[in-house]
Amino acid sequence: MISQLIFFILFAAAVAFFTQNVRKIRRNILLGRAIDRSDRPAERWAVMARVALGQSKMTKRPVAAVLHILVYVGFVIINIEVIEILIDGLFGSHRVFASVLGGLYGLLIGSFEVLALLVWLACAVFLIRRNVLKLKRFSGVEMTAWPKSDANYILITEILLMSAFLLMNAADYKLQALHYGHYITAGSFPVSSLIAPLLPAGASALVIIERACWWFHILGILAFLNYLPYSKHFHIIMAFPNTWYSRLQPKAEFNNMASVTAEVKAMLDPSFTPETQPGRFGAKDVTDLTWKNLMDAYTCTECGRCTSVCPANQTGKLLSPRKIMMDTRDRLTEVGKNIDQHGKDHDDGKALLDSYISREELWACTTCNACTEACPVNIDPLSIIIEMRRYIVMEESTAPGSLNNMFGNVENNGAPWKYSNADRFNWAK
Amino acid sequence: MEDLNKSEIENSKSANNSLSFGEGRGEAIEVPTMAAMVAAGKVPELLFWVGCAGSFDERAQRITRSICKILQHVGISYAVLGTEESCTGDPAKRAGNEFLFQMQAMTNIELLNAYEVKKIVTGCPHCFNTLKNEYPSLGGNYEVIHHTQLIQQLIDEGKLKPQDGQPFKGRKITYHDACYLGRGNEVYEAPRSALEVLDADLVEMKRCRSNGLCCGAGGAQMFKEPEPGKKEINVERIEDAIEAKAQIVASACPFCMTMLRDGVKHHEKEQEIQVLDIAEITAQANGL
Repeated sequence: MISQLIFFILFAAAVAFFTQNVRKIRRNILLGRAIDRSDRPAERWAVMARVALGQSKMTKRPVAAVLHILVYVGFVIINIEVIEILIDGLFGSHRVFASVLGGLYGLLIGSFEVLALLVWLACAVFLIRRNVLKLKRFSGVEMTAWPKSDANYILITEILLMSAFLLMNAADYKLQALHYGHYITAGSFPVSSLIAPLLPAGASALVIIERACWWFHILGILAFLNYLPYSKHFHIIMAFPNTWYSRLQPKAEFNNMASVTAEVKAMLDPSFTPETQPGRFGAKDVTDLTWKNLMDAYTCTECGRCTSVCPANQTGKLLSPRKIMMDTRDRLTEVGKNIDQHGKDHDDGKALLDSYISREELWACTTCNACTEACPVNIDPLSIIIEMRRYIVMEESTAPGSLNNMFGNVENNGAPWKYSNADRFNWAK
Repeated sequence: MEDLNKSEIENSKSANNSLSFGEGRGEAIEVPTMAAMVAAGKVPELLFWVGCAGSFDERAQRITRSICKILQHVGISYAVLGTEESCTGDPAKRAGNEFLFQMQAMTNIELLNAYEVKKIVTGCPHCFNTLKNEYPSLGGNYEVIHHTQLIQQLIDEGKLKPQDGQPFKGRKITYHDACYLGRGNEVYEAPRSALEVLDADLVEMKRCRSNGLCCGAGGAQMFKEPEPGKKEINVERIEDAIEAKAQIVASACPFCMTMLRDGVKHHEKEQEIQVLDIAEITAQANGL
């Protein structure tokens, strides 16, 4: 009874704390500018099904794709077991599904065990790739101590959770053989039966191991749930809404700024009066970006596929699309904390531009869309880069001199070079 | 800075002479302008949007003339805007100058609508993308195709056929995907199908199609010094072509053309590797 009560309190606290953090993230995302991404719903469901659920964009790197799908499928399916654990925890039952599912239960537990082993192995390979083989994709200026530790914490936690699950089953399997107490004969244990011989023979020691692993496993899951909002691992949730709200236009199409259209119309036609006063052109800080840009930032899992295909990054320039996303998230988290501590209109004297992202990074982009093509969850670093260029050019008028020359040429000669428009047709002579 | 851009174009000029294909072969071209057509009471079926590079860059002018030769050869009624054409605004938009872009766009749209233009073919993926995707919401609605799409269509219709003894037979050719055509608008097949009819030895570079590496010119990089780094992007890209042992790098964008040729020059491979536009290749294969 006491353990049920403790379980209930911990479970409720975990859910409450998680909900509070998710609401904060939702609030932060909604600090962004409005943009309509609710059109063409059928297409959006299809994109989500294909890209998030079906992980179609992962296939470009087959090794990582296979390992990732194991962890993904494993985690989703093993979570069915978590439902049983939650019911057992709340009502003091033991393997409550066994009597309901009958023969199917054995198949279910057996497949959970195989998947748990595969997840365990995949995570071990992931750790080796990051820490022993030191794949280039996982390094870079933005991959400082925290992002590197974050990745390792996630992988180690998953290994520990899977170990606890298998160890728990091994102890249960032995207790079942002893016909001890409430340990009914249920389930099949293709993996844990192999480690069972390593456990002590005494029933009381086995019960301690079984209970300890049971508690470690479920409390670990609840703790992990609450780690998500602070971690890149939040992508396991965000991948779904983020792909649903994907940009559906051709990649090379940039949005036409409505605020500019109004100004230009007023310039070309003096009788036209714009309806509203334009706000800031482009983005200096995260709140000038759209909510989708901000959702992208919370979705990024820092895999570095974008950076590894970025032509600027590959030729040694400062730009890294992954850094653009990580900076956006870090700055947004900071803005959110400022709101919590100092109220809505607090100015900390910092901004995404210059405090986080330098101009040199922004001007290195070739707008080639390799980053958006590579992202497995349809994040769009390019639109952030363009919004920030727009701020630099239209609000500050501080574009590089060569680009100002180009602007002057387009404006005066109708071509980016300094040629007279009268000579435009000379090629036909 | 301007000097650098100018000098790039000058360089293209000087290197023109070393190329063995193109220029001065086939029939002379007569290029009709929209103004003249309308004055004569005629409505052309197609507007050929030449673009700034195609108009002013001497190397790109040869692509422009190849497109005209193709249009003339198949007998499509077309016209160009001539001195009435102006920049689409693409480089301004990519550099963040939305004002200038929309000023250009609205002025161009006014002209195109006044001429009641319905269908446009462009010689440049950047013009193609801007006219096709970014003009409609500003009031410019046209059917816009890139010249490689037109060429594919004409090949499919049997109007273009490589001649016997055309110079590309058996040559090792690779195609460099322009970002604004490939990833940007998912046009991957049209330029390739123009090469497939040549009976050539077609090879892909290791980074191709949706994985294609940019030439380094996009996003207004063409008009500025590159940011500091270890290497130029075009130099990196040409290494892919060298690795593929290509004798000809086919391109479909005048900016890629400049960048790729500079990359070839950097590696001192002018004798081994030629950069030719799909339009030039098609025109030459058809004896135009």
